[in-house]
Amino acid sequence: MKSIIFLALRYLAYYRWKTGVLVAAISVILFLPLSLEYVLDHGTERLRARAQATPLVLGAPGSAIELMLSTLYFESGNLAPLKYALIDEIHETMLGQAIPLQVKYRVGDFPVVGTSPDYFDFRDLKITNGRRLALAGEAVLGALSAKELGISPGDSVITTPDTVFDVTGTYPLKLKVVGLLQPTGTQDDYAVFVDVKTSWIIGGTGHGHEDLARPEASGSVLKRNGKDLVANASVAAFREVTPDNMADFHFHGGVADFPLSAIIVVPRDVKAGVLLEGRYQNPNSSVRVVLPSVVIDNLLNTVLIVRQYVLAAITFVGVATLATVALVFSLSIQLRRSEITTMMRIGAAPMRIGVILGTEILLVLAASVFVAGIAMVVVNAWGDALFGWILMAGNL
Amino acid sequence: MICVQNLDFSYSPGTFQLFVPRLDVASGDLLAVVGASGSGKTTLLNIMAGILAPNAGMVSIADSDLSALTDRQRRHMRISQIGLIFQGFELLEYLTVRDNLLLPYRISAVLEMNDDVETRLERLAEETGIADLMMRFPDELSQGERQRAAICRALITSPSLILADEPTGNLDPDNKQRVLRVLLDQVARHSATLVMVTHDHDLLGPFDSVLDMREYHGGPPI
Repeated sequence: MKSIIFLALRYLAYYRWKTGVLVAAISVILFLPLSLEYVLDHGTERLRARAQATPLVLGAPGSAIELMLSTLYFESGNLAPLKYALIDEIHETMLGQAIPLQVKYRVGDFPVVGTSPDYFDFRDLKITNGRRLALAGEAVLGALSAKELGISPGDSVITTPDTVFDVTGTYPLKLKVVGLLQPTGTQDDYAVFVDVKTSWIIGGTGHGHEDLARPEASGSVLKRNGKDLVANASVAAFREVTPDNMADFHFHGGVADFPLSAIIVVPRDVKAGVLLEGRYQNPNSSVRVVLPSVVIDNLLNTVLIVRQYVLAAITFVGVATLATVALVFSLSIQLRRSEITTMMRIGAAPMRIGVILGTEILLVLAASVFVAGIAMVVVNAWGDALFGWILMAGNL
Repeated sequence: MICVQNLDFSYSPGTFQLFVPRLDVASGDLLAVVGASGSGKTTLLNIMAGILAPNAGMVSIADSDLSALTDRQRRHMRISQIGLIFQGFELLEYLTVRDNLLLPYRISAVLEMNDDVETRLERLAEETGIADLMMRFPDELSQGERQRAAICRALITSPSLILADEPTGNLDPDNKQRVLRVLLDQVARHSATLVMVTHDHDLLGPFDSVLDMREYHGGPPI
């Protein structure tokens, strides 16, 4: 047997490129369906887990999936805004807790999530370094966004303006990072959390500038009419909230009208959940209520169908590849007829030659299984990171 | 060593026919087989090696009647007692010269690799002038070097009979003489019997006897 393996290995080593191509082709065929199954199972599990951990979501009428992506994965789509007044409305019902979410802005590739401190308790997000949000202009970073940005508490991040050429658009706001979150393996790791008021400041609903009532500001004042002042464009808005200018920040309009992209509702109990769901299920309502687990299940059912098609396609390609590999082996044996004849003339038994050729095939298959196995071990070991990367890539 | 009686062979009825009424080759003899292409030289060699079976007649090697042996026994006899040398060298291109020389030990369970084989391998390589080429692959060798390696492969099992099928057929005149000298030298060292097919009459000098296939081509007398 040693001699048989020796001859088979010598052949495979001498024709290393051919062997390599065969091993690579078979490995891919083995690896693709296995890894696809793993990634989809893993992804499905994670999608379901996050959806099931989010009882109810309120949003503007529109796509339920878009609302889910915004609420659970901080995708800033084209959702119509909700009014903040809805938060108070829910609280007044005493049926549950309402957590505001304003997902519209970014720091580089990472979403800025405007919310309330309740969100951290709701998601069980723990500070690993620094402290929670306390003041406007502060930010708490998810573990991976902090790592990617190379940020520690005390550093600052600057929000990304909508567009450089839109003078009426959002201006960058410098945020002071006060805390970092422990890794959770969820989309929260990729977020930049701020207080919802800070997100309104980023959007321009709230802003700060020099006190025009002060005498030194008189150069900017065009008209005074009692308490009302009209100033020219030379009034500079602050682009950072500091202890010195904090008092100069203010909001125009009523908070009740300020925008939110969604509201997570945590009902007091099951009955409260049903009541809340019923309350906003009116098709004529300006608010829609969705159960994330139902939306995600519907989405996953579609994914499941796509998965079946993809697996069928991979199986088809796999069969075609294996047929090609079989043809390659068959042609190789034809080309080696002279070598086989020589061995038989010297005195080798046909069975032994068959075993040598069979061993070559088995070694190629074994090497392919090994390579595919290593790839699967890597996918298993780095599954969380891989899935996170896929989620982040989806955000870019 | 070799005894052939009333050997009758044809690949299929009505085609080429070989008939050898009597041929005796004593142990240690050098027999050259000559004849035109298609006269049956290689066929006779293949029958002597037990690769082809005659339609009738008897061929015995070292007192063993080949027709009385099973396929397996013929293979065993071939790999342990007969050394075969081919015109086209037939070295395996994916094996080094060293591994090619040891091929008979790798492809048959009858032969056992041991220290004696290693010693014999080194001696053979030294004597045939290919000691420095042992780790090279056949495509890195000249024609003459390849045939010397093929001669070593045929001799590595210390066979008592060497069947060489036009071993100099692919060589230039200088290499022909050199390879033949190596072959005859090794045959003498091993006290082996040599049957060599050739169509080159310049090489017949050292041979004890010459078999001209024109005498045997065409079938038995009616």
